[in-house]
Amino acid sequence: MKMSGARMVLECLKREGVDIVFGLPGGAVLPVYDALYDFQGIRHILVRQEAAAGHAAEGYARTTGKVGVCLVTSGPAATNLVTALQDAYMDSIPIVAFTGQVPTHLIGNDAFQEADNVGITRSCTKHNFLVKDGKDLGPIIREAFHIASTGRPGPVHVDLPKDVLVKEWELVWPEKIQLRSYNPTYDGHPGQIKRAAKLLVRARKPVLYVGGGAISSNASAELYELAELTQIPVTQTLMGLGAFPMEHPLSLDMLGMHGSYYANMAVHHSDVLVAVGARFDDRVTGRVDAFAPHAEIVHIDIDPSSISKNIQVHVPIVGDCRRVLQALIEAVRAELRDTTPSLAREARKQWLAEIAAWKANHPLRYEWDDELIKPQYVIQEISNLTRGEAMLVTGVGQHQMWAAQYYKFKHPRRWCTSGGLGTMGYGLPTAMGVAAAYPDRLVVNVDGDGSFVMNSQELATCHDDNLAVKTVVINNGGHGMVRQWQAIIYKGRFCAIDFGPSPDFVKLAEAYGCVGIRATKPSEVVPALEKAFSTPGPVVVDVWVDKWEYVFPMVPAGGANTDMILENPTAVVRDKAAKSQTGF
Amino acid sequence: MQNGSGPRKHTIAVLVENKFGVLSRVAGLFSARGYNIESLSVGETLDPSVSRMTLVVTGDEFVIEQVTKQLHKLIDVIKVSDLTDDDHVERELMLIRVNAEPQHREEILRTADIFRAKVVDVTPVSFTLEATGDEAKLEALVELLRPMGVQELVRTGKVAIARGPKTRVRKAEAPKKARVSDDPKVVGFAD
Repeated sequence: MKMSGARMVLECLKREGVDIVFGLPGGAVLPVYDALYDFQGIRHILVRQEAAAGHAAEGYARTTGKVGVCLVTSGPAATNLVTALQDAYMDSIPIVAFTGQVPTHLIGNDAFQEADNVGITRSCTKHNFLVKDGKDLGPIIREAFHIASTGRPGPVHVDLPKDVLVKEWELVWPEKIQLRSYNPTYDGHPGQIKRAAKLLVRARKPVLYVGGGAISSNASAELYELAELTQIPVTQTLMGLGAFPMEHPLSLDMLGMHGSYYANMAVHHSDVLVAVGARFDDRVTGRVDAFAPHAEIVHIDIDPSSISKNIQVHVPIVGDCRRVLQALIEAVRAELRDTTPSLAREARKQWLAEIAAWKANHPLRYEWDDELIKPQYVIQEISNLTRGEAMLVTGVGQHQMWAAQYYKFKHPRRWCTSGGLGTMGYGLPTAMGVAAAYPDRLVVNVDGDGSFVMNSQELATCHDDNLAVKTVVINNGGHGMVRQWQAIIYKGRFCAIDFGPSPDFVKLAEAYGCVGIRATKPSEVVPALEKAFSTPGPVVVDVWVDKWEYVFPMVPAGGANTDMILENPTAVVRDKAAKSQTGF
Repeated sequence: MQNGSGPRKHTIAVLVENKFGVLSRVAGLFSARGYNIESLSVGETLDPSVSRMTLVVTGDEFVIEQVTKQLHKLIDVIKVSDLTDDDHVERELMLIRVNAEPQHREEILRTADIFRAKVVDVTPVSFTLEATGDEAKLEALVELLRPMGVQELVRTGKVAIARGPKTRVRKAEAPKKARVSDDPKVVGFAD
């Protein structure tokens, strides 16, 4: 079948099962848009800035488990996309990004809107391709989807020179993809799984530490089964939230820099720590030599390079989290049949009691105020009103941490946040991608006033494509997380954090044709949220919160996880924190 | 993170797809992760769709393990083997142009002979020598020629190959053989 390269791109996308493409046209990629004019079966959502196309594809991919797709032009469009690619790379999100490129004979000539796209994206993608010949187009797109969605998922970039798009080619479509240089390991080593099972059954103070890998391998059911079977408490990373229901008595909530007191204490005192699809990020471990110092560590991960990268592990298991957990459950059952671990069972009861005491003595808490809205309260009310069922997206900053702490997550794949890269402006475009994938679900974007304005132009996309994102701006009049660090670590030398009262978010929403609602007193929060959630179409709720509220617990960067600051620090604590500041 | 041993030089052979951009992926990996490449040489293998890179990297066990894993992670990398502790032969080629004053010409030729170096170009005032060997041998040759005045030298970087058919069992804990290159005092030996 002969067709133009541009049409071939669309044909291949359709064969890959793509139903939505987020994009923005421009010179080099126009042939694809021309082919899209009368192409059936693919919905195109026109974003207002290219990074938003990338983030929207991420939101689509995170919540559906399918590959997200974005399409932009050459040069500046491709460089705008870089942030989203790196974001997806850090958080292992499967997206395929297409960029236009100047015709092959002009590559390297500094042509109009030319950039070395593949050179630029090489270090922020799992893999990338420059299509120099139309006969490679089909196989390359097939490989791109294969690489993005298998093994440790990640972004793949395909650069499309204009002449390749214009010329007619015979479509080559390999049914099966076989790459001699890329064969991820899915099944864990049986011997290692047995070792891990022995450790789990005999452990006195075990903890499961669960990351985004449990989400991307759809391992929630297995995780639940293992936790219940072995009565091991579960703590989740920022990326892992939703893998295990937070209302479960074994849930320790999030760990790490802004994790719960009880999660960090449990990990610190554990004798066996089982990491499931988590990568011992510095925001999780704090000072590495003080992280889980007494524990034998089991690490389940599909990416061998994640193992023993930051922390030396004792039982590495390379494989897909879900398959490894399935095998581990079987091995644990066998182990339980063969042994009488009554001693361990008794120890386990003591361990859970110890954790219960930490929970009781140091729950997540904040001071209520009758006049000022506490940001934590807003999240709690969102959690109550949506019963933990909403699709929740955040920007980056204090509001993101409060959302992670106070929202009661129930299900996997309903939470999108920029974990590894910490990309401000991530919220709205990502929520757009979620809303496009799930038009019938409530999509809430909890954002900060600093983060939201980095991509607030996408309100236009929300309006025009009827993507009913409910944005709740936790408005504290500046960069709250920076304020917090300057207060606690930089001795209150506040610099470059306050916004003059601009913009007016209600008017901004209205200017884009969306609904704007404001809440300035605690009593207005619930009515404002109720109204937002029941109003059709995109809504922005501007919630004026107490700007001096900080996220606690907090482990100062470079500190040990046991050095948590639990409440608003006095000058003494502040000095202590400043002294322990060795990281960034 | 505790390190099992101190940093030392590792010779790593990497089989990669012979496609454009692969070299830059490998080089980019090293710069992005802060590892240093001491030398790198690339060439086609028997199978023209596969290239072989020989990398020399300095690092402790932990760094080398990461280097190996990260190389594996690159989609175009087919196979990575650390030859350091396996029996292997390594060679490097050097071209060196040295001042050849009348009073030194004899000595240069004698030295070249000892090192099995070939004279590949002669002018009234210079010799250009071609020498192959491992790193230590080439360094020894350079040291001996330095007093005559070395005008220019160029080295290919190391290439390495495993010796004979590999045994089934990898000698993981093989005691490290004292290599001549570990001893800075050794000068001037021929293979």
